[in-house]
Amino acid sequence: MKIAIIGAGIIGSLIAREFTKYKVEVEIFEKLPDVGWGVTKANSGILHAGYDDEPNTLRAKYCSRGNEMYTELSEELNFKIKRTGSLVAAFNDKEVKILEELLKRGKINGVKDLRILSRLSALEIEPNLSREIVAALYSPNAGVLAPWEVAQAAVENALNNGAKIHLSTKVESIFEEGEKYRLRTSKGIFLFDVVVNAAGLWADELAESAGVKVTPLHPRRGQYILLDQPNVVRTVLFPTPSRAGKGILVLPTIHNTTLLGPTSEDLLPIEKEVTETTAEGLSKVVKKAKKLVPLINLSKTLRTFAGLRPENDIKDFVIKRESNMIHIVATRSPGLTAAPAIAGDIVGEIVEKLNLQKKDDFHPIRKAIPKIVDMSDEEKEKLISQNPSYGKVICRCNKVTEGEIVEAIRHGARTLDGVKFRTTAMFGRCQGSFCMVKIMNIMRREIGENFEEIVKNFPNSHIVDGVVR
Amino acid sequence: MSEKTIEMTCVVCPIGCNLKVTMDGNGKFLSVTGNKCLKGAIYAKEEVTEPKRILPTNIKVVGGELPLVSVRTEKPIPKKLLFEAMEVIRTFKVKAPVKRGQILIKNLLGTGVNVIATRTVKMDKGT
Amino acid sequence: MKRLEYDVVILGGGAAGMGAIRGALSQNASVLLVEREASTGGVLNQCIHNGFGVRVFKKELTGPEYHEMYLEKLKGFDAMYEATVLDIDSESRLLKVISASGIYKIRYGALVLATGARERPFEALRVPGSRPSGIFTAGLAQHFVNLENRLPGRKAIVIGSGDIGLIMARRLTLEGVEVEGVYEIMPYQGGLTRNVVQCLKDFNIPLHLSTSVVKVHGKERLEGVTVAKFIDGNPVSGTERFIGCDTLIASVGLIPENDLVDKEIEISSSGGAVVDDLMRTSVDNIFAAGNNVCIHDLVDFVTVEGEGAGQNAARVAKKEKMPKRVGIFKKGKGIRVISIHYTTATIPFKMYVRVDHPMDMAILRINDTNLKTVLNAKPSEMIEFTLDPTKYNLKGEIELSAVEAKR
Repeated sequence: MKIAIIGAGIIGSLIAREFTKYKVEVEIFEKLPDVGWGVTKANSGILHAGYDDEPNTLRAKYCSRGNEMYTELSEELNFKIKRTGSLVAAFNDKEVKILEELLKRGKINGVKDLRILSRLSALEIEPNLSREIVAALYSPNAGVLAPWEVAQAAVENALNNGAKIHLSTKVESIFEEGEKYRLRTSKGIFLFDVVVNAAGLWADELAESAGVKVTPLHPRRGQYILLDQPNVVRTVLFPTPSRAGKGILVLPTIHNTTLLGPTSEDLLPIEKEVTETTAEGLSKVVKKAKKLVPLINLSKTLRTFAGLRPENDIKDFVIKRESNMIHIVATRSPGLTAAPAIAGDIVGEIVEKLNLQKKDDFHPIRKAIPKIVDMSDEEKEKLISQNPSYGKVICRCNKVTEGEIVEAIRHGARTLDGVKFRTTAMFGRCQGSFCMVKIMNIMRREIGENFEEIVKNFPNSHIVDGVVR
Repeated sequence: MSEKTIEMTCVVCPIGCNLKVTMDGNGKFLSVTGNKCLKGAIYAKEEVTEPKRILPTNIKVVGGELPLVSVRTEKPIPKKLLFEAMEVIRTFKVKAPVKRGQILIKNLLGTGVNVIATRTVKMDKGT
Repeated sequence: MKRLEYDVVILGGGAAGMGAIRGALSQNASVLLVEREASTGGVLNQCIHNGFGVRVFKKELTGPEYHEMYLEKLKGFDAMYEATVLDIDSESRLLKVISASGIYKIRYGALVLATGARERPFEALRVPGSRPSGIFTAGLAQHFVNLENRLPGRKAIVIGSGDIGLIMARRLTLEGVEVEGVYEIMPYQGGLTRNVVQCLKDFNIPLHLSTSVVKVHGKERLEGVTVAKFIDGNPVSGTERFIGCDTLIASVGLIPENDLVDKEIEISSSGGAVVDDLMRTSVDNIFAAGNNVCIHDLVDFVTVEGEGAGQNAARVAKKEKMPKRVGIFKKGKGIRVISIHYTTATIPFKMYVRVDHPMDMAILRINDTNLKTVLNAKPSEMIEFTLDPTKYNLKGEIELSAVEAKR
């Protein structure tokens, strides 16, 4: 039994990993050079509590369940989550009414421990929140994580359990061929018994190629500003949501920086690669974020970026089954939170339908890249005595050592961004200007590439262009 | 013919004195003010007659712990020769070890000025 | 865990740190240098251009020469290379250091911070557009060219007119890279006039003032930028112009590196360590010198500052009684940066200031007394003077100001 997963974003990765618990052959297709680099890479990285989603939507069905599943998942796959809690701030009575609405909705959706706080209690939890708020909806279960780390961890674990991955391989179309499916890809034709389409922004077009009608997708752009201003907020801070969406947030990232954003700009369906930031978008982020947290210090900007969410007109996930083919479309917010629950359900369905047998030797634990900065002195000493390169700090901003960079390469990093998104080296306040050369030298040694061949992320994103002498 | 005064910034050292140079009608140097040292006066005169610059760059090292050794012209060379000088320097290679102050190119372009190493480059331990 | 103890521990072995080693050794102190890189010299190693040493060596040298020649003066200190400080506990005078040989706890009698500065990356400017490769700080480009033997690209523009940006414009031009121009958002240059002359004018590289990037183009590698005129920090619509290029060199400011100590010592509004005329910070046994105090134009000044910091640190480590602060400097009108914030009013000392805008003629004043007249004063060019406590009243609040005057 051969199963193809198209897309190594958070949904595809978790589905792939889930399938490796069974006696099947799993192959993952990813058009980008690394996992988690599409929609997964550039979003807010929030574990939503689940009060925001209208009851009877797939979003409501999967969000709070997915949220709960992350605790065990993070222990098995060894990625970090932080249950920071979240606050939705109301600035007037009209907004308080909306909070009450959300509270009601949350209860229907099965969200636990949700409550509305007075102005003072909210300010106690979040001292830097604007003094002008009148009340806030508090959920202790919301949290933050780095979504790409989940995709990396899930794929690593899947590979460890026998899955295969085809990176930089674009699936162009799916054809039904008798009992099987033929995938035409940029690297040839492949045949499978089961196909899961988790192609993010392109899931609609891919479904269409297989003759399956789904509501079409358009990208919704979110622009962000990342600040090197730690501890300015403790919780994920939302304004009161409006029809346009959840609004522009201020949140602490898992890496102890502060994230502002996103905007919500509906782009045309053909604009699925338009990840540029704009002057208007960034100034909107600044204005709205400062309304929530006046203390925000823009001189601490690390960088700006923009991501695209797969949006449709019905504003809900669409999961289409067509014999042994499943299309997962429009996994917009809270797609990240919902992902483990979606993966569990979809794999469960196929398992039952095809009567798949459990493997005895599935190994659920993925070993993380050691993180020196998080270790006790004794742990550091022990690791350094085994491997001295864990004592050589390469990234001075985030204190990432040579050992961690070598390990990231062993975990699949082949580009500078691959190292960055696995170790946080070059993620800090110097944005790589101090450590990039050292990292390139380590890559040169470990992979055997020349300086000229090392790229930032995509094939034409080389760093240097020839020798001086 | 009337005298002419031009203002310039001395580039001999990073202090960057503001110089006022007076020339005669034929562009011949007459006097300078604003300089804090004699070097500034020499610079001013040269700058209006034949401007000169120190040329700092690199030369390829073979078998060294570094791929390049930094070098400079021992003295300033005519500004108009900078690119030509680069063409010559570009073709040179030097074997490690290199000592600071070592003359790597003698009498660059017939200027009488040598190109010297500005740092030490040891032999690569691996080779 | 290994334990060590020294009179004076110096963090950073660049120009200031080497100065501090010399200063501390001159007082017969035991000295340990903790250096992140594999050798001393810091950024001097990649600054292969001339312009160093005019004060300290009385001749004009390149960065590598300055480094080696100064290092030769230093005998009898211990050093840990490729070692990074993880933590400073000023209460117990303990540093935690990580290196390939393990974790060290090092007790100091006095500490000298000589951590220098880092470049503001282009990303921090929040310029809209895409995020391709091909964007470098000037220092990173300099590292690639001068130490790694690699060219960053074929056609470059330089954003910001700081000194390293100007020097890289010349360096790249000499190596055959086309430098289209230098773009400065302010109405005046960011670097020294000397560098505008010998790095840009000599090579006919245009310097566009009041102009900067408003958009970055290119998905994978940089394909170009849109530049526009700026007034008061805002782009003027209708003045946009596209420039095709594969390389962007950013020279948009240096930030004093104090992240390790910003909870321990007083930091000025410009990010530098606040020090007195002994180069002592707000903690009695922690000293600071160089670009982590304020951004200097000349390495020679940094060395001299480091020497003073090292000497005084050694005196503190040897339990010598040090004078108290009696005067506090305030930035008055026309002054953007001051290097020294407090004085003990015991010995003459050097003060460096920057004006806050270009002045045809600036009269520097200390309270109501004229100190010095400076022609063509620019924010990019530090003004140096000596304050002698026997000549000026340096007690209480002392205001330093710069008054613009016509020649």
